[in-house]
Amino acid sequence: MFAVLMITLLLTIALVGSNMDIILKQGVVYQVRAEITENPAIAESFATVEEFEQFIQTQIDERIKTLGLDNPWYSPQRIGLTMYKILILDFGNATFLTSDSGSSNVGDILLEKIPRTVLLFTTATIIISIIGIFLGALAGSKVGSVIDRITSTFAVVSSSFPVWWIGMLMIFLFAFTYHIFPARATPSILPTEPEYIFALLYHMALPLITIVMIGFGAWAYLVRNFMVGTLQEDFIIAKKAIGISKKKIIYKHALKNAAPPIVTILALSLSGSLGGAIITEAVFDWPGMGRLYFEAISVMDLPIIIGATYVLTVLFLISILVADVLYGYFDPRVKT
Amino acid sequence: MSSISAPEIRKEFIKSKVGLVGIGILSCLIILSAVSAITIPIDTFKQWNNPGSWISYPKTSVPVWINYFVSEKIPEHLILDNPVTITKDDTISLTSNQFGMQYYYDDFPSDFIYEFNVEYSGSHLLQISVIRPDQSEILLLSKTLPYSDTTVMHNERIFSTDNNIKKNIQIYFSEMELYNKNMSSEDMIFANIDGKVLKGDYLFLVNIYGANEKVSVIDSKLIVGGKAYGMMGTDELRRDLIVGLLWGTPLALFIGIAVAVGSVISGLIYGVYSGFKGKKTDEVMMRFNDVIYALPALPFLIILAVTISNSIFLLVGFLMIFGWVGIAKVSRSMALQIKTRQYVEASQMMGQKNSKIVFKHMIPQLLPYAFASIAISVPAAITTEAGLSFLGLGDPTFPTWGQILHDANTYGAAARGLWWWIAPPGIMIAITGLAFVFIGNALDAIVNPKLKK
Repeated sequence: MFAVLMITLLLTIALVGSNMDIILKQGVVYQVRAEITENPAIAESFATVEEFEQFIQTQIDERIKTLGLDNPWYSPQRIGLTMYKILILDFGNATFLTSDSGSSNVGDILLEKIPRTVLLFTTATIIISIIGIFLGALAGSKVGSVIDRITSTFAVVSSSFPVWWIGMLMIFLFAFTYHIFPARATPSILPTEPEYIFALLYHMALPLITIVMIGFGAWAYLVRNFMVGTLQEDFIIAKKAIGISKKKIIYKHALKNAAPPIVTILALSLSGSLGGAIITEAVFDWPGMGRLYFEAISVMDLPIIIGATYVLTVLFLISILVADVLYGYFDPRVKT
Repeated sequence: MSSISAPEIRKEFIKSKVGLVGIGILSCLIILSAVSAITIPIDTFKQWNNPGSWISYPKTSVPVWINYFVSEKIPEHLILDNPVTITKDDTISLTSNQFGMQYYYDDFPSDFIYEFNVEYSGSHLLQISVIRPDQSEILLLSKTLPYSDTTVMHNERIFSTDNNIKKNIQIYFSEMELYNKNMSSEDMIFANIDGKVLKGDYLFLVNIYGANEKVSVIDSKLIVGGKAYGMMGTDELRRDLIVGLLWGTPLALFIGIAVAVGSVISGLIYGVYSGFKGKKTDEVMMRFNDVIYALPALPFLIILAVTISNSIFLLVGFLMIFGWVGIAKVSRSMALQIKTRQYVEASQMMGQKNSKIVFKHMIPQLLPYAFASIAISVPAAITTEAGLSFLGLGDPTFPTWGQILHDANTYGAAARGLWWWIAPPGIMIAITGLAFVFIGNALDAIVNPKLKK
């Protein structure tokens, strides 16, 4: 588990490392020149232009050396240092982006964005799974019925639409044609005001509806398939023979037995949705992790990219772990 | 998992309605790609991101077929580049280009532009006049082309806002006391006495007169600006959307199928080999598999596209990196079952090479499963590529549906109600995805009989 995390980090650093060096070096050059322009006395103290340029060059070189930038990014000390810093959750400062409150500390920015993404996608996943489980149980108990066919068809059709495209259509329809919901999901009032939470919820409605609309079909289909399998088991048939009501069998006994795989998938889809949030958040302009990630990549803000990838991977790994544990709890047979 | 022979699968497949629908859609898409590759020259498509080549097209115009559904006919954008040419050789030579058009719309054209490219020497006179449905003829413009001793090429655009045209129209209509200074030249030309659109056949005449010297017209084009163009309309950058939509089809099919085939085959071989070897090798290979599995795919795809390259072929490779993992896991567990079968053990005892056992005895058993997986993983590949393109990370030399949607989003198509820019690409993505989902589900039901209920 830990090794996976480290490999992910190594890969990220390896991919962005060379660009990071270029950007940091440019930053140093810019800084030195800015200091000299601010202080004209330095420029006046040189007789020739060559001498002056040489002075600037030595200044730049010295600073690069103190920052450790003279070693290439793949040198062991630098990778080791970066990894160590990340492990103790010190992501450093962002190069360009800042949090809403103005801080450019990556940790602050991430802390500000994560709750919003979790709010949107966890709510969506919970709604999806509730609708999905009930619809799936219903469809699975009446195989071949109208409701079963509608669920299956809807699952197949909805899963082939990209969520973000549906999002664009929803914005077009509900924000601009009928003016029910706001088009941009970022509330216009400041986060410090007390009404902010309501504004945020109102702005959340459209993305939430979209995600739920696209998501629950596939869920229902999945649950249906598990239910169909479970309902054929002997103990269900025995319960039917005893005369326990059908409703009780479905929701109490069958669903409980279909639970382990469902819970596993729930845990995985929760974390998966966080990664998949990038495009959806970009469409709806939702101020969460996904949009932050996208913005960071478009301006090559490397500390944020590394930090966000790290957080996403950690969340993903935690959910795999949780899924494993839950599976063992629901289905003691897998415990060895 | 069981071994089903190919004819059996075919027989079962033909029975499945969903599968046939899927095949039907897929063949339609393949025909569509073939047609578009043949009818739309690749040069047009390569110019997609070059605004200069779309200059004679209208901005954000609706599809032409909208006119069938509305009572007020929206003026169509007409590009007339096939004039009737008449030449007369006398002491004064005359080259005449005639552009005829039927104007039955309920609104005035936004403008008109005459673009020409001629080769001549000496002195020539250019005259543009229009014959209106009521048979009145209006002289719009009369001007001399710059004098030249040698043969020169002359390229010019004459706009409807040209001051000479305005003056001529003023002279003509003032005589009839119909001149309205608030109306633009093109409105006056297409208006009747009441100031409404005069519907009927118009004929634009472009005459070039020369004394003795001949003139050769290389290119002559009359553009009458409108608000409807083409099958699918145009976008903000004046691009004809049908070109992008049609060319997107083969691209999407290529991306989807290449990624699916590549990742399923590599996953299959990886998984079967790992399962077959067992012990340490299996352990190491499966740990590596876990590592890739734990990587967040989309963020990594974005980083790869940004830092390495956004070429479409590399993108296919990147998508494969994340595609094979699940397949490898499943095929490993299947391989573990097959491994215990006697014929595998027998061939091992006979001393056959490992690679031969894997490729000859084990993988063929898994082929039905592999086909179903290929079909099922195509839509994911297409939507992921579309998603990356939507974020602006697509290959600019190959405009995909995702890139059309990216442009639509950047130019605020949703806010401006430009539905013909948003809806068709998404529908195409969904249809393509559906075709493969249908085929995949049908195959899956055959390969895994347990699911059939």
